[in-house]
Amino acid sequence: MSEAKPKKITFGQAFHMAMDEAMANDPRVILLGEDIGDEQGGGVFKATVGLSTKYGVKRVRTTPISEQAIVGAAIGAAIVGYKPIAEIMLMNFTTVAMDMIVNHAAKLRFMSGGQTKVPLTIRTMTGAGAGFGGQHSDMLEAWFAHVPGLKVVTSSNQADAKGLLLASIEDDNPVIFIENTVTYAAAGDPPPPGYRVPLGKARVVQEGSDVTVISYGAAVAKVQAVARKMAATGVSVEIVDLRTIAPFDAETVLNSVGKTKRAVVVHEAVTEFGVGAEISSRIHEELFSDLEAPVQRVGSRYAPVPVSPVLEQDWLYSEEKIERAINKTLAKG
Amino acid sequence: VKTSTNESDILLDIYKRAKLVQQADAKFHQIISSGQLRIIYYSPRGQEVVSAAMMTALNPDDYLVTIYRGIHDHLSKGLPPKELFAEFAGKVTGTCKGKGGPMHITHPATGVMVTTGVVGSGIPIANGLALASQLEGDGKVTVCCFGDGASNIGAFHEGLNMAQLWKLPVVFLCQNNLYGEHTRMAVSTPIKSIADRGVAYGMKSVRVNGNDASQMYATAKEAVARARAGDGPTLIEAMTFRFNGHLMGDNSHYIPRKEMEAAKARDPVPALRSKLLEMQISESQLDDIEAHIVQVIEEAAQFGFDSEYPSVEENRRDVLDVEIAS
Repeated sequence: MSEAKPKKITFGQAFHMAMDEAMANDPRVILLGEDIGDEQGGGVFKATVGLSTKYGVKRVRTTPISEQAIVGAAIGAAIVGYKPIAEIMLMNFTTVAMDMIVNHAAKLRFMSGGQTKVPLTIRTMTGAGAGFGGQHSDMLEAWFAHVPGLKVVTSSNQADAKGLLLASIEDDNPVIFIENTVTYAAAGDPPPPGYRVPLGKARVVQEGSDVTVISYGAAVAKVQAVARKMAATGVSVEIVDLRTIAPFDAETVLNSVGKTKRAVVVHEAVTEFGVGAEISSRIHEELFSDLEAPVQRVGSRYAPVPVSPVLEQDWLYSEEKIERAINKTLAKG
Repeated sequence: VKTSTNESDILLDIYKRAKLVQQADAKFHQIISSGQLRIIYYSPRGQEVVSAAMMTALNPDDYLVTIYRGIHDHLSKGLPPKELFAEFAGKVTGTCKGKGGPMHITHPATGVMVTTGVVGSGIPIANGLALASQLEGDGKVTVCCFGDGASNIGAFHEGLNMAQLWKLPVVFLCQNNLYGEHTRMAVSTPIKSIADRGVAYGMKSVRVNGNDASQMYATAKEAVARARAGDGPTLIEAMTFRFNGHLMGDNSHYIPRKEMEAAKARDPVPALRSKLLEMQISESQLDDIEAHIVQVIEEAAQFGFDSEYPSVEENRRDVLDVEIAS
């Protein structure tokens, strides 16, 4: 970290930096998860490598394969002042801990009348495109976004990955922090030490005048690629990276669309009943008479994630589909 | 057997707690039957001594996690009756400002940390409280109450495994009333004793007559001492019975009449009273205690009725750490 030229870092290294910094700053930050200790290799993608050696196996606890027990233990410790990070290896595995997450983590602050709170971060990995199939790839952010009391966060670049995870750990609410499996080893510019990205604030990735594309996570890079390509044909795309999916930064979204008067929402999750539906609805409710075209949504197909590469690529949202959706909003202008 | 003064003091303490619960239960029946309070009510009648003895073995700042059938646990742990009645009535003076209600009583001041409406869900969370105590070295013990039915759900098995693996300072108190909702244990559970399930995880597990105050207290005390000493969890299977069905209005038609009659003939609260009289506690002393409890519960119920409902602004508070915009 003290090197003269900052090396590029992977998403995995960014997550590691955030956890390392949080643990160094606050002895009440603890880690729970499967295979996370150094004896087990420091996590399936090495995000926690070295932490159990540095902070001890009491604070970095390798657990049985027991997602309910992992999240439950994290909730209990959080209630009495700890700041646990529970790693649920893959997002599909959160489904076996949904009672803990939805009925307890999300609601205990409210149901206790504010006497207890659950400052818990659940890190979980997912994403399609690498052939992991129907039970290791789902983007379930809309499920969690629909539960009052939970924050849902994801990052589109390495610096944000570190800054958003550190902010999530330090946040006083339960946070579902989504990491992308497919881009885990992708490298990018590192953030400065201490870098935090405030939750609840979207980022305007690039300004533009013709259409706003609202996205988050790995999809942002695809949107940027499309925007670069379309700029050559004179289309000016404004890109909003939500960073916090829920509660989302409606102000930034509405300000942007209020200016461009056209919007497309892009995410990897299945389109139907997805985050795009909520954002699209909000835009229509607030800006209907200002819009030059109906808001378009781009997501993946209504099917379980398939394995065969041909099927998987067909299932996934794509740059072509993003471009088509943008053109659709422009054609109606 | 010689009875020490100490033992009669302890049994008297247990009796006070059990009687408080019994009186609160009677009051809830009265005000719900009369239509003054409209709630779903899960009566603990018949199980009072189990919790009263368990909580007597705890320190006030030890933690409790319990379930929707929980007022015996809450009141025995020391939760103020006024705040309990007010919460049941949805009033702002309740433990949770009326936002949690009967199934989600929370009162950290008396160690009541979580009350869950989902069978078995308290178990993994109790582990977290105990983990915090272990990390902190604060010497606190967490007691986690649930019924026999909860031992058939996954959370029980994941939770017991982790608790034993990490030697957590927790006492799992299975109040075995022999019925899960309307289903008798033999129809839901292929083994005779829930304690055997703890043995499968290498956990110290004991089955005890939970309705016998002395036995229950001795078992509880030992389990608490084990947890506090860092020697790990205990599963206590406290045998008891449920006199008033799964919820109020359920006439227990699925319980053979003879079984119910036999259980009621062994009603643990009057049994403990008789035992105290045998131990030279005077009738008049017990009468005074009981009269005082009646008054406390009357006042608590009245407090609940007289209190205000919360402001609707409360729906925007405590969802997150900041208020939700209106």
